[in-house]
Amino acid sequence: MRKTKQNLFRWPLIRIAIIESFTKLNPRYQIRNPVMFVVEVGSTLTTALLVYSFFVPIGESTSFTLQVCLWLWFTLIFANFAESMAEGRGKAQAETLRSSRKDIQAKKLTTSSRDSKITYIASSKLKVGDYVLVEAGDTIPSDGEVIEGIASVNESAVTGESAPVIRESGGDRSAVTGGTMVISDWLVIVITANPGETFMDKMISMVEGAKRQKTPNEIALNTLLSGLTLVFLLATVTIVPFSIFSAKVSAQGTPVTITIVTALLVCLIPTTIGGLLSAIGIAGMDRMIQANVIAMSGKAVEAAGDVDVLLLDKTGTITFGNRQATEFIPALGMDVKTLADAAQISSLADETPEGRSIVVLAKETYGIRERDIRAIGAKFVPFSANTRMSGVDFQDGRQIRKGAADAVDEYVQKQGGTFPNGIKKAVESIAREGGTPLVVAEGKRVLGAIRLKDVVKGGIKERFAQLRRMGIKTVMITGDNQLTAAAVAADAGVDDFLAQATPEAKLKLIRQYQAGGKLVAMTGDGTNDAPALAQADVAVAMNTGTQAAKEAGNMVDLDSNPTKLIEIVEIGKQLLMTRGTLTTFSVANDIAKYFAILPAAFLSIYPELSVLNIMHLSTPQNAILSAVIFNALIIIALIPLALKGIKYRPLGADILLRNNLLIYGLGGLITPFIGIKLIDTLIGEFLL
Amino acid sequence: MTVNGLLQIAIFLTVVGLLAKPLGNYIALVYDAKISGLSRLERLIYRICGVHAEEEMSWRTYASAVIVFSVAGFAVVFLLQLFQGFLPLNPQGFKGVSFDSSFNTAVSFVTNTNWQGYGGEATMSYLTQMMGLCVQNFLSAATGMAIMVALIRGFTRRNSKTIGNFWLDITHTILYILLPLSILLAIALVSQGVIQNFNAYRSVPLMQPLTYNDSSITQQVLPGGPAASQVAIKQLGTNGGGFFNTNSAHPYENPTPLSNFLELLAIILIPASLCYTFGSMVGDKRQGRTLLAAMLIIFIPLLMFCYYSEMQDIGSAGNMEGKEARFGVVNSALWATATAATSNGSVDSMHDSFTPLGGLVPLLLIQLGEVVFGGVGSGIYGILAFAIVTVFVSGLMIGRTPEYLGKKIEAFEMQMATLVILIPCSVVLVGTAIAVATDSGTAGVANPGAHGFSEILYAFSSTANNNGSAFGGLSVNTPFYNTILGVSMLIGRFGVIIPILMMAGALADKKHVPVSSGTLPTHGLLFILFLTSMIIIVGGLTFFPALTLGPIAEHLKSIK
Repeated sequence: MRKTKQNLFRWPLIRIAIIESFTKLNPRYQIRNPVMFVVEVGSTLTTALLVYSFFVPIGESTSFTLQVCLWLWFTLIFANFAESMAEGRGKAQAETLRSSRKDIQAKKLTTSSRDSKITYIASSKLKVGDYVLVEAGDTIPSDGEVIEGIASVNESAVTGESAPVIRESGGDRSAVTGGTMVISDWLVIVITANPGETFMDKMISMVEGAKRQKTPNEIALNTLLSGLTLVFLLATVTIVPFSIFSAKVSAQGTPVTITIVTALLVCLIPTTIGGLLSAIGIAGMDRMIQANVIAMSGKAVEAAGDVDVLLLDKTGTITFGNRQATEFIPALGMDVKTLADAAQISSLADETPEGRSIVVLAKETYGIRERDIRAIGAKFVPFSANTRMSGVDFQDGRQIRKGAADAVDEYVQKQGGTFPNGIKKAVESIAREGGTPLVVAEGKRVLGAIRLKDVVKGGIKERFAQLRRMGIKTVMITGDNQLTAAAVAADAGVDDFLAQATPEAKLKLIRQYQAGGKLVAMTGDGTNDAPALAQADVAVAMNTGTQAAKEAGNMVDLDSNPTKLIEIVEIGKQLLMTRGTLTTFSVANDIAKYFAILPAAFLSIYPELSVLNIMHLSTPQNAILSAVIFNALIIIALIPLALKGIKYRPLGADILLRNNLLIYGLGGLITPFIGIKLIDTLIGEFLL
Repeated sequence: MTVNGLLQIAIFLTVVGLLAKPLGNYIALVYDAKISGLSRLERLIYRICGVHAEEEMSWRTYASAVIVFSVAGFAVVFLLQLFQGFLPLNPQGFKGVSFDSSFNTAVSFVTNTNWQGYGGEATMSYLTQMMGLCVQNFLSAATGMAIMVALIRGFTRRNSKTIGNFWLDITHTILYILLPLSILLAIALVSQGVIQNFNAYRSVPLMQPLTYNDSSITQQVLPGGPAASQVAIKQLGTNGGGFFNTNSAHPYENPTPLSNFLELLAIILIPASLCYTFGSMVGDKRQGRTLLAAMLIIFIPLLMFCYYSEMQDIGSAGNMEGKEARFGVVNSALWATATAATSNGSVDSMHDSFTPLGGLVPLLLIQLGEVVFGGVGSGIYGILAFAIVTVFVSGLMIGRTPEYLGKKIEAFEMQMATLVILIPCSVVLVGTAIAVATDSGTAGVANPGAHGFSEILYAFSSTANNNGSAFGGLSVNTPFYNTILGVSMLIGRFGVIIPILMMAGALADKKHVPVSSGTLPTHGLLFILFLTSMIIIVGGLTFFPALTLGPIAEHLKSIK
């Protein structure tokens, strides 16, 4: 279901969306959105007026009423279309997921032993606590925990990643997901989810948007939009008595007709944001899915935008998993090149990442090329727990050893050499700075020390700086001691760190931040992360993680990529911003619409008001029609923006607000003046 | 516009600016209970009234206290009017006021509106003026300020179920703020010739007898009464109800340019100071200055526009119709703008006689919801509702659940803020629609055309927003208008107070969110501009159609 970067506007999706635009006209559906419901009532009213006008004159030409009526319905249909488009992609993905969930025959065991009796049972009948055997080639029938065996499993149905993963009993790799396939060996699993509650089921319903609830911010925004709708309803409906009175006292002209009042009402109420609101919400969830994150609720997505503190695991997120050599420190009177050369030779056959990094460092800094260890006639001495050193023995009897300082100290003393003071100091200072010192010796001579340290991933420091500008604090979590943790934290540029972290310490830290009014986000995979995940406001569980971790979190990252958290925050922010900017745009549009419709509506009563027709629209009818058409078309024009979300840049709050106010506030003010004038000109061209 | 005129405006604004900050900080000290020099007197008052001033109140209890207090105030003013014929201090022997007019006036003074359907010197006994209206001037002003303080506590308190004690708040407001200022102002006004006596009215011969349609007028009646004491508080407490019918245009209420300056100052002094009080109480003075700046950005251009429009009439003196010769155009325009902006409602010239665009200014200022300075207390809580909506929209625009003064703005706060903004707007529109659609509504219209419409629109705008000034020209002392305008004042006041107190309760209960660099700063130019645009756009969009049919149409007709 992933990485096939789907085009938003494919014909099959559009076709379904068009059909749904009409079925969604059902008033029972529309009433959930007060703004669009008012449009529907208005459209129905003008339709009734239109029919009525065939028999009785209503003070307005039938063709004008017909056109207004049509465009009001279009406004509604366009809004429905936007929502259906947003839902479309999710529905297509849900289809794919469903196909992998088809009912299969499961091998149910009577006891937890592999050798117990097997009965065949439909996977949909499995209950929590049932034992099931899965063998190579079988599809895992439901979510479960491995209790016996080890097997490689293809989880591409869930993650899209085709490389198989190992699943075994115990530890953090014991969770299996229904719908994935065992490719080798066998597993006995205990079922952990009842039918309809499996991970796959949850994913399907999330992707489909079936369980979509209104998020807190959406509810607040709806309140504001309903309030605005009510104000405009009163402002336009009262125009009828106002104009009747005015026509009487000015002794000329006709009161404003219902058609015009309805047109004005629909133009003024925030249809642009009202029509696109649910599309924006669905599209936000959808962007999460595109990022391969399954959010368990829309609320979690929104909370992601508000996060103040990110708790990040050091290993894998901030640093590469392993330590790497960064410096050669020669002993007094030794040439650094000699040291580098010896270090490289001793590491040539060392396949550990640390060993590889020494070879690479020697090559990069001193241009010492890799050699074939056999070609130079040397024999590799691998690391052993006994000697705590590794190295090479040459045929001429020379020996090079590298290892921990005390091991090498012992080694040179045995040979009658001494451990130089300078290197002792260097070793201490490396340790103090959070690195791991290795010492290299040739025979009784100590050549020097190598500094190994955690290497921070490229670009991560800049990323954290961005987050800081966004107002988000980063906290590194590590099991390392205080010294090492402080050094890595300084390198990575995190704001704070928690060293020697235990699950209890993590939980306490989260609670501390929350008590200070902060929203905390974290990632986790192990069962021991579960309490902290449950406490965090935004908790992203790795898909490779245990069942307990996945249940405790409110999002699951199918890629199991710890840096994903940053992306999640951005998607959350983007969702809120799209709503906010379109609201501003929608309200700012009203000013131009007033200038189009009001002079036209009141012209017969006070001809002097033509001064307010600052756009110089051709006729009163064209003016009103142009405003209504603009109002409908702007919804269509903004669908791509609503679905893709507005571009997010990590800038300070005030700069972001200024930019968005300029683009969407000022833009919203000016655009309709141009648009309405343009439509008026076109109507004039084609109808005259 | 003349240099002299502009200079007078500049001097006025400077003096307001100089006084607002110290007074605002002083008021903050009062509410933080740091001023209680008269504590023995205070304790005595509590003992007599039987209130427990140290008990903290939840928003419900606070709101009940406000309602009980207002109902009692209403009853006193209502009954005093009905039975004034049987009561002392009535040298003119005025009979009881009619039932509907008593209702209207009682509501009007309890809601701090001071809309007057009656003429003071021809209707009310001295006792009614003194014990009813003047007392209520203090009480309704203090109520508004108390509710503001309750809302501010909503922002400053954390995880608290209570928002203060209403009895304590009004007692402090009256004892330490309103009474001292009123006494000072009343004495200053008396020195200028504002009357303060219990004398019966006197008939004196006219210096220049008047002959009109064969009948000649040789006598003039000079009224008396305790005017200075009432004028002081009506100006300071944004009440605005005049002792005499023509309000501060009357020479006994406002005799000299100096008295005019002092009364003008009193109109705006407390509302402007409360911005500083707010900043000081929330512990961030920039927040208070932000509100003041937003108010000034709307106030000053509208003031200039009003002055400019009034100078566009015949002759170099400008439009002098309905204006007092001793004040002239600039002081009349200044007063009209200030009285409309602050929800005061007193007048020193007749707004009905302003040019269409000059008259549009007070009308618009009232329709913006009385948040440009606004009433004492009510101006601050009104503009805070706008600030909350602004914070919400801007919060969304930067992708973050909005916070204001460390409190998260969520669905409930939005509902309440929307109600606060929506209710007065709705009352104005619906009320005006009813009036223009019924015979009893249109019967009171004396002026033809668009101007008549403006008069009705002004009456509902003024009452629903608790301003109380009248465009004039509309006969409102009828059962229809007394009732509908009374109801409009009630909804406009309590329909706003209740959601404000509910919001205060909800905010106080929330925890505090610390500021980070992702928090939108709610001070500084950007926020000020967004807040002012929000106020203008909401008010403007709501009333644009109505204003088009009123002052705008009238203006465009007049330039043809």
